[in-house]
Amino acid sequence: MKPHTLSVLVENKAGVLSRVTGLFSRRGFNIESLAVGPCEETGMSRITIVVIGDDAMVEQVMKQLNKLIDVIKVTDLSENERVERELALIKVTAEPGGSRAEVMQIASIFRAQIVDVGAKSVILEVTGDTEKIDALEQLLRQFGIKELVRTGRVGILRGSKTVTSSK
Amino acid sequence: MKTGAKILIESLLREGVETIFGYPGGSVLPIYDELYDSPLRHILVRHEQAAAHAADGYARASGRVGVCLATSGPGACNLVTGIATAYMDSVPVVAITGQVPTTMLGNDAFQESDIQGITMPITKHNYLVKDTADIARVVKEAFFIAGTGRQGPVLIDLPKDVNTRSIKDPIVPDKVSLRGYNPTYKGHTRQIDKALEMINLAERPLIYAGGGVISSNASGELVALAIQLGIPVTTTLMGIGCIPCDHPLNLGMLGMHGTEYANFAVTECDLLIAIGARFDDRVTGKLDTFAPHAKIIHIDIDPAEIGKNKRVDIPIVGDVKSVLKDMLASMKKKGACDAWQKKIKHWKQHHPLRYGKDDGCLHPQFIIQQMSELLQGNAVIVSEVGQNQMWAAQYFCFRQPRTWITSGGLGTMGYGFPAAMGAHFARPDVPVFDVAGDGSIQMNIQEMGTVAHYKIPVKIAILNNMYLGMVRQWQELFYDRRYSYTELPPVEFVKIANAYGIEGVKVEASEDVMPALKAAIDCDGPFVMDFRVEREENVFPMVPAGAAINEMIGGHPRT
Repeated sequence: MKPHTLSVLVENKAGVLSRVTGLFSRRGFNIESLAVGPCEETGMSRITIVVIGDDAMVEQVMKQLNKLIDVIKVTDLSENERVERELALIKVTAEPGGSRAEVMQIASIFRAQIVDVGAKSVILEVTGDTEKIDALEQLLRQFGIKELVRTGRVGILRGSKTVTSSK
Repeated sequence: MKTGAKILIESLLREGVETIFGYPGGSVLPIYDELYDSPLRHILVRHEQAAAHAADGYARASGRVGVCLATSGPGACNLVTGIATAYMDSVPVVAITGQVPTTMLGNDAFQESDIQGITMPITKHNYLVKDTADIARVVKEAFFIAGTGRQGPVLIDLPKDVNTRSIKDPIVPDKVSLRGYNPTYKGHTRQIDKALEMINLAERPLIYAGGGVISSNASGELVALAIQLGIPVTTTLMGIGCIPCDHPLNLGMLGMHGTEYANFAVTECDLLIAIGARFDDRVTGKLDTFAPHAKIIHIDIDPAEIGKNKRVDIPIVGDVKSVLKDMLASMKKKGACDAWQKKIKHWKQHHPLRYGKDDGCLHPQFIIQQMSELLQGNAVIVSEVGQNQMWAAQYFCFRQPRTWITSGGLGTMGYGFPAAMGAHFARPDVPVFDVAGDGSIQMNIQEMGTVAHYKIPVKIAILNNMYLGMVRQWQELFYDRRYSYTELPPVEFVKIANAYGIEGVKVEASEDVMPALKAAIDCDGPFVMDFRVEREENVFPMVPAGAAINEMIGGHPRT
């Protein structure tokens, strides 16, 4: 059992996300992370799904995904050199004269942006791989995380290989 | 200007549809109004489930796409079992449902149900059409998707306002283009060559043929290949009919209620050639001990079936007919594997199917045998699900594909009677029999109304044992004969038939079986036979769930 990052190119039609996620839930597989958005082709979307499972199970899910009429292409990025990123917005307690300076220092080490400053808190925006965001979250916990939201992972192959073209 | 409903009916006619099965209701009123003076024949069923099964039966018997129609909400929901049945057995059906107007979608409006959401896991694809201008394209796509590749049901949900709105000059596409749908038909040449090499090296090869052979109309190619290579053939429940029952190479059905010789052959073969079959659990029993000595070649149009349950040595993705044609074209003659043939012949001689003949009781197997003798393969036999289904599969001698119609994957009780109605419209030239149990027939018995109404000459043979027989059999064998809720009080089915204006006869003795069957054939319309059979007859041989398929109960001592 290991995490697989699947990149799924789909027609951007009503119900397509439901069709795709339904294939996982029907088999009792939990999706670890999910990110959806439009892509380089009009009328298409790209879904990045992280799922933990053995190779046979992931192969079966990929084959089933390929059978969906609205799915154009499915690739397991985990088999290749790739870049994976996610973005997090973290609202953390940071009072002036209190922990604010330290929070800002940590943010700068992690190349996180301060995107909002309130009376008693700031919002950090951080981008990176899952481990980096986990690490930042750990460090900020001591100050009090009021709210945290993550986008889910997106991934892309390194080099000139792509997850596009005809199925 | 044309309404959506008119565009729909014209689109169906353009696809060559002649008969549809349906039930009206509020949100399909515009469609029914168009049907009123259209050349389409509409059969009014008595329950929407029957419309779906009838469309399915029509599709299986004809090889063409079957069509059913229901209203929104309860009507659409009643189709669900029928759609799931078609999905599990890869049957091309287009189901059309009415829906509340687009302005009310998602509001819990009267008779609203999210049928697109509900049927997502049991359709090959489905549509919720929100624009009248899309109807013609969607219908064309739906028929294309349903009837090509690995076939299956497609649902089209049509909100009422989409049907009533009129548009000018609707665009009718002349071909379908779907980027995400390109089934592979032609098998990979190198894989085919490798398979032929493997076949040449095999000493004990066996063909395991499934429903895919029938749906790709490849029975002729299959038999030709078997004969030319001298390879025996066992079929799944769904594959019955792809090789004549009495062909010397045919071993009959394998699996849970397969013949002993078919299951022995699977266990001892050194090469298993799976063709249009999917290694279902009812076929394989315990997976590790299924074909334990064999290399496996798997020919299937659906890549997702390759390696799903069993590791395969040579996969060939493609249409069965196309692949078998290519194999026939490039194969070399092969020795007949004499020792293997001899061994199989020995098994066939010493392990035939058997039941307690000549003990004066009315055995259900005897009824099927009599039916087989009378009809000589010139009939369509549809079954319900349970013991009746297994006896029909074991004891009727099928000689043609598409003459055996049964719910294999989903195992839907109540399927047979309405499917038989559909089969009649596909094959009006031959008698259509529904082999039923007293349990199954009562699941859609209301269709007596339909067959009486249209004088659909379906012959219903009820093997009446006053039990839910298959469940009772499991309770007898595995639950210490604790018959928990499986006994059914006697029903006078002939009286029910008579109430609908249908003729029928009750049969209690073996000598009355043939006259009853002849009376059924002689009757122009539908006919009911209520056979009061031996109550605790079992279907044997039987592989207990989870056992290896050569570990059968109710078989002969191994020789």
